Amino acid sequence: MSVDAATVRRIAHLARIAVSEDEVPHLQGELNAMLAFVEQLSEVNVEGVEPMTSVTPMQMKKRQDVVNDGDIADDIVANAPATEGHFFLVPKVVE
Amino acid sequence: MTDLTSLTLAEARKGLADKTFTSLELTDAHLSAIEAARVLNAFVMETPDQARAMAREADAKIAKDDAGPLAGIPLGIKDLFATKGVRTTACSKILGNFVPTYESTVTSQLWRDGAVMLGKLNNDEFAMGSANETSCFGPVGNPWRREGSNTTLVPGGSSGGSASAVAALLCMGATATDTGGSIRQPAAFTATVGIKPTYGRCSRWGIVAFASSLDQAGPIARSVRDAAMLLRSMAGHDPKDTTSVDIAVPNYEAAIGKSVKGMKIGIPREYRLDGMPAEIDRLWSEGRAWLEAAGAETVEVSLPHTKYALPAYYIVAPAEASSNLARYDGVRYGLREQGKTITELYENTRAEGFGAEVRRRVMIGTYVLSAGYYDAYYLRAQKVRTLIKKDFEDCFAGGVDAILTPATPSAAFGIGEKGGADPVEMYLNDIFTVTVNMAGLPGIAVPAGKDAQGLPLGLQLIGRPFEEETLFSLGEVIEQAAGRFTPARWW
Repeated sequence: MSVDAATVRRIAHLARIAVSEDEVPHLQGELNAMLAFVEQLSEVNVEGVEPMTSVTPMQMKKRQDVVNDGDIADDIVANAPATEGHFFLVPKVVE
Repeated sequence: MTDLTSLTLAEARKGLADKTFTSLELTDAHLSAIEAARVLNAFVMETPDQARAMAREADAKIAKDDAGPLAGIPLGIKDLFATKGVRTTACSKILGNFVPTYESTVTSQLWRDGAVMLGKLNNDEFAMGSANETSCFGPVGNPWRREGSNTTLVPGGSSGGSASAVAALLCMGATATDTGGSIRQPAAFTATVGIKPTYGRCSRWGIVAFASSLDQAGPIARSVRDAAMLLRSMAGHDPKDTTSVDIAVPNYEAAIGKSVKGMKIGIPREYRLDGMPAEIDRLWSEGRAWLEAAGAETVEVSLPHTKYALPAYYIVAPAEASSNLARYDGVRYGLREQGKTITELYENTRAEGFGAEVRRRVMIGTYVLSAGYYDAYYLRAQKVRTLIKKDFEDCFAGGVDAILTPATPSAAFGIGEKGGADPVEMYLNDIFTVTVNMAGLPGIAVPAGKDAQGLPLGLQLIGRPFEEETLFSLGEVIEQAAGRFTPARWW
């Protein structure tokens, strides 16, 4: 399989990465090189094979459903580019 | 006094215990070495004040005979580990000036045991690379050069800063991480020892995530024994990482020097590639002979799905990366580029903050997870992964204790020499290491010799899950036979 220019633009938007028109051909070439490389997986017989979900045969541990952390609002906003009090600032989302 | 930077970690520990020198002297010697080696670009942040404060604290504890197993030992930390109050960037512009308010579990255990932090080490951006060329701080130089050449070579990646700093005697050991070979490949390129432990052995908490089902932390060190000492402190159960295993951490150092007599070592025929340099093949045979001389038995084995590991990796790892890196949105931390709408803000921030390799991998990951392509790519790759793991399980079920392979298909190459036209050319560096991540197994790279141009080459040993001790015992046999290698100083 290979991707066309429209698909490159669509993937970029899904990934929320701005891509300019002159970057598209270059990206298309690189993505198609990767897709050509992974194409060889289609020759493997995977009939009846379970997809891997965990490399270690262990039960996922569950945490106790209790509050054991919190009251660190200062820490959480400490690295934010724009804040007001303990809120993150973003451009207007709802009209 | 001999130059303190030339000691191994084990020798330094003895010198500190015997009061031959202090941690402050040892730390200062390394800080001076770092300053004189800035041309290597191994450190992206030096923390001399913190290092001296930690060294003084260690000296006080050593004086009271209250010292931890790594008391006073100066280390470098890959910039992928969150360090409280010290800038942590994953060498990406998108993290900007991020200063964690918390400490990664692995580094907190090193400080618990008395180690001293010298600073943060360069790596490929978000650990995506095999040459340390994708870092926003620029490439790292390998302390090794070809004989008679002034060309600066890459140290490998993604833990290029860690490998370069350890090889150039700037720190006594370093933390590193390995998703497809990022500990073992740079170790092989710099004649250092690097071990990627079994998935789940070290906590991933506080390490910048790349591909969560593959990422593992481990040390890069000057000797097999040093690596064993470091891993003992780094490993252990952590309730904050649900994939961290609750198995006691053995005293890995006790495995050093243990007899390997009667061990069965698998030599996988699929690792003999067409066009592989003759000197890599020769080194592999030499390694086999060394292990046999120590009483181990070697047998040909088959891992039939080996050739599919790298293509499956380049679906699974980018898919997980595209999910993990969704958090870099320009809102909660790091870089923000303005936009008229929230979507524009995200898109502009991520276009500006991510480098070319990261953008490419996030996009391929987004594609293979997108509606209509998930089954054809992602699901198929995870099934192939099951088959890769089963190859190893069958091999171990046949009584094989460990598998011996070359660590890399070539020695170090020049900056800018590979991957310019086709990204896959660079990816092929990890052809011998990536299988181990796909199966969650432990793997160690040990220096084993040099090529015709005088560059180091390494061998890899792959073990059963949680049998790192076997790898240390076998690795020591190779180190004893091959010797240790130090680059001639040119910087």
